[in-house]
Amino acid sequence: MAQFNWYQRILFSVMLCVAAAAVVFVSSGDILAAEGMAQEENILDRPLEEIVGQLAPQNQLTLFPCSDCHNDLPPNPKKRELGEPHNELPGIFKHDAKNRWCLDCHDMRNRDKLRLLNGALVDFKEYYRLCEQCHGRIYREWKVGVHNKITGHWKGEKQYWHCAKCHNPHDPVFKPQKPAPPPRKPTEIYIKTKK
Amino acid sequence: MSENKNTEHRAQKTDITRRKFLAGLAACASALSLPLNADASMLEEYFRQHFKRLDKDELNTILKNLEKEFSQKYEKAVTVKATPAMEDVLFGYTLDVSRCIGCRKCVYACIKENNQSRNPQIHWIKDLEFKRDEKWFHFKDSEPYYDPPEVPQKGRFYLPVQCQQCKNPPCVKVCPVKATWQEPDGIVVVDYNWCIGCRYCMAACPYEARRFNWGKPDIPKEELNPNMHYLGNRPRPKGVVEKCTWCIQRTREGRYPACIEICPTGARKFGNLLDPESDVRQVLDNFRVFRLKEDLGTNPKFFYFFSLGTHIKAK
Amino acid sequence: MFNGLGKILKVLSSGSKAYKLWVAVLFVLIAIGTALLIKQFDEGLIATNMRDQVSWGWYIANFTFLVGVAAAAVVLVVPGYLYHYEPIKEIVILGEIMAVSAVVMCLVFVTIDMGSPERFWHLIPLIGIFNFPQSILAWDVLVLNAYLVLNLSIVSYTLYKLYKGEHYSKKIMMPLIILSIPAAINIHTVTAFIYAGIPARPFWNIDVLAPRFIASAFCSGPAFMLIIFQIIRKTTPFKIKDEALFKIGEIMMYAMILNLFFLFSETFTATYLPSNKNASHEYLWHGLNGYNQLVPWIWSALVLNLAAFLLLLIPKTRKKLTTLNLACVLLFVGIYIEKGLGLVVPGYIPSALGEIYEYFPNTLEIGISIGVWAFGLLVFTLLSKIAIAVISGELRCECSLEAKCSDNA
Repeated sequence: MAQFNWYQRILFSVMLCVAAAAVVFVSSGDILAAEGMAQEENILDRPLEEIVGQLAPQNQLTLFPCSDCHNDLPPNPKKRELGEPHNELPGIFKHDAKNRWCLDCHDMRNRDKLRLLNGALVDFKEYYRLCEQCHGRIYREWKVGVHNKITGHWKGEKQYWHCAKCHNPHDPVFKPQKPAPPPRKPTEIYIKTKK
Repeated sequence: MSENKNTEHRAQKTDITRRKFLAGLAACASALSLPLNADASMLEEYFRQHFKRLDKDELNTILKNLEKEFSQKYEKAVTVKATPAMEDVLFGYTLDVSRCIGCRKCVYACIKENNQSRNPQIHWIKDLEFKRDEKWFHFKDSEPYYDPPEVPQKGRFYLPVQCQQCKNPPCVKVCPVKATWQEPDGIVVVDYNWCIGCRYCMAACPYEARRFNWGKPDIPKEELNPNMHYLGNRPRPKGVVEKCTWCIQRTREGRYPACIEICPTGARKFGNLLDPESDVRQVLDNFRVFRLKEDLGTNPKFFYFFSLGTHIKAK
Repeated sequence: MFNGLGKILKVLSSGSKAYKLWVAVLFVLIAIGTALLIKQFDEGLIATNMRDQVSWGWYIANFTFLVGVAAAAVVLVVPGYLYHYEPIKEIVILGEIMAVSAVVMCLVFVTIDMGSPERFWHLIPLIGIFNFPQSILAWDVLVLNAYLVLNLSIVSYTLYKLYKGEHYSKKIMMPLIILSIPAAINIHTVTAFIYAGIPARPFWNIDVLAPRFIASAFCSGPAFMLIIFQIIRKTTPFKIKDEALFKIGEIMMYAMILNLFFLFSETFTATYLPSNKNASHEYLWHGLNGYNQLVPWIWSALVLNLAAFLLLLIPKTRKKLTTLNLACVLLFVGIYIEKGLGLVVPGYIPSALGEIYEYFPNTLEIGISIGVWAFGLLVFTLLSKIAIAVISGELRCECSLEAKCSDNA
């Protein structure tokens, strides 16, 4: 460890966290992962707001708390290219990037909070309240359990998948993927194996 | 009261002896058609009665024997249950066509969960690709073999089709031996030990939901799902018809079917139609839905809908 | 009793060289068919070209065609017994033997098409479960077996009486004969209903299917009989008058008018405006999305049928054996194609979800089918050999010696 200096260590741990988050994110579609999730929480009888709080994507907040660095930096509301460690963001940020940027959701003064349109500050755990502001219809569909993935038990414990589990807040469009192989044609359904 | 019970009991007993006698007759009648080296278990299987005619003890013995047989054959601990339908439950299914991206994850989760034959290949779910700009919904314009590098493709939409669990199932009516029937929870099942393989049900199904074991099914040992149901995902013999049961082995225990669990977009919803709070009722109460080939009067319990709020942009 | 059996065996084993060669050829074909069938049982129906998209094929097509042949015995019974047309009355027995052989073939075809034929006992009422009256297939099993039993009893009763040198009792015979008429219509109607009752396959789901089945049956069955009768007439002492043959030709003509009319009605309603029946008809007659395997077949069937129809329509050609025979051959082949490949397969193309799988029987299916046909022809040959021996007096009970014996039997 001695040959690594402090920023290399931070970089390493950030990379590790990102990798872990990516693995969780990618494998969340896997059936076994979904079953494993079933033992995480008992959320059936709780109010909806609490369900979302419980499932907030803490694992994706790799640099949290933001105030660790931002307390020492002067706030600058001007829309601009960001430097280290956010220099990857301009490329990644695809959430109406033309009209919006960081401070439309992140509060300029209290970096550990998110800011609603009306100026109210909310916890990161309640991030969904930001989504709700623009995507009201989807949010209502989400609330009745139509626009979301639900796993677990139709009778018993259910896991309601929250917004950020499928949509990256910085790049929310659902990503195209490679389809599983097509079925074999009727003439090829049987491949004779040597015995 | 006790008298009543007595006669009932007696009636049951004579019914059983009558059935045993008849089974014996059948044994004699068909002994000729059996291979000479048939052992006891083969005989039992050959003369096994229809699922609905088995009493509790007979069924339990059969389940235990099956567990033993499969555990040995596939080298892992297998459980075979015959969990009955829950009371006050009628299963329903909804699928949001605007959010299905055609990734076929459901197809393969289904194969694994339900022990479908890999060779000859059997898929219970058929995912159809349609062009958006051409005629809407003409099945003859559908493409089940689409294989682009990425889905969803621009100008296409996807419609997965599996058993629609009709309320008036044509397949059940046409079966000459009642090897297939509708359970109280609405699932249409097949008794794999009673089906004679005439395939009339396949001709009668408007949704192409039934599959035939044209050859000996082949399931890799390591991929076998050991959690089985007698009327569901237990390995099937050659020469019988099988179909989607909405994962009867899972759903009868309160769990979601495998296709629901795997769907990456949450386009699929499953639940109890009789429960106003269920996932499917939320869809039915909040959206306009449609069913495939409604003009045929099959009355499916599988509903398709468009939530319209699609955020899936194709390249 | 044993004496009688011995005599029958003697009759069957004696005969001309041609007869012996014919039977030998049939046995060889049956043997080949059986070998292929064993392969099919071993591998499963994967050995055929049938798949989930086209789940009934050549076997069921043959079954459907042969039900028609079996039903055609009525063509002889009606003029023979109801209208007392003597020349035909003499040959009714051969028609009934043909019906028996055809039903036997039907049953074999259905059995080999089953995925698990060893489970046939599931169909037996009480021991198994017979889904009657819901399943039309259950109806079909019932009416086919009833028809088989009925015709077998008529044939064996007539022959037994002749064997004993007695005249048959009208009291026993007439009810059986009259019953056999609706029974014949029954088997073909029920077989048509197997298809016509299925809304999932719009190509089959038409009102005119049962009438069309019967009309085509009254062409193809007699066509087959006409040829066979002439072969029998040439090779055995059995006498068949020309009048009888021409009368059958006339009936065939009327049936053919109906058949073509029904075919026209069906094709018109299915193709005039867009409907759910379009695709299958388009596939059959024109080809769909570049798939057109059946197109040459169905058009040649149509040409054959029309040519045969013209030959039958013109009295000059109908009343001349060479042209009548030509008409029979054309018609038989035409209807075999039309009702075989042309009925069953397009019902599945496109499939219920619009897929096109171009089914065509493979060598195994054709080989097994030839074996089944050989088996049916063998049944027909042997039964008619016995019948002709009895009718011609070659096979007779020496009643003075065996009176008691046969009385007891």
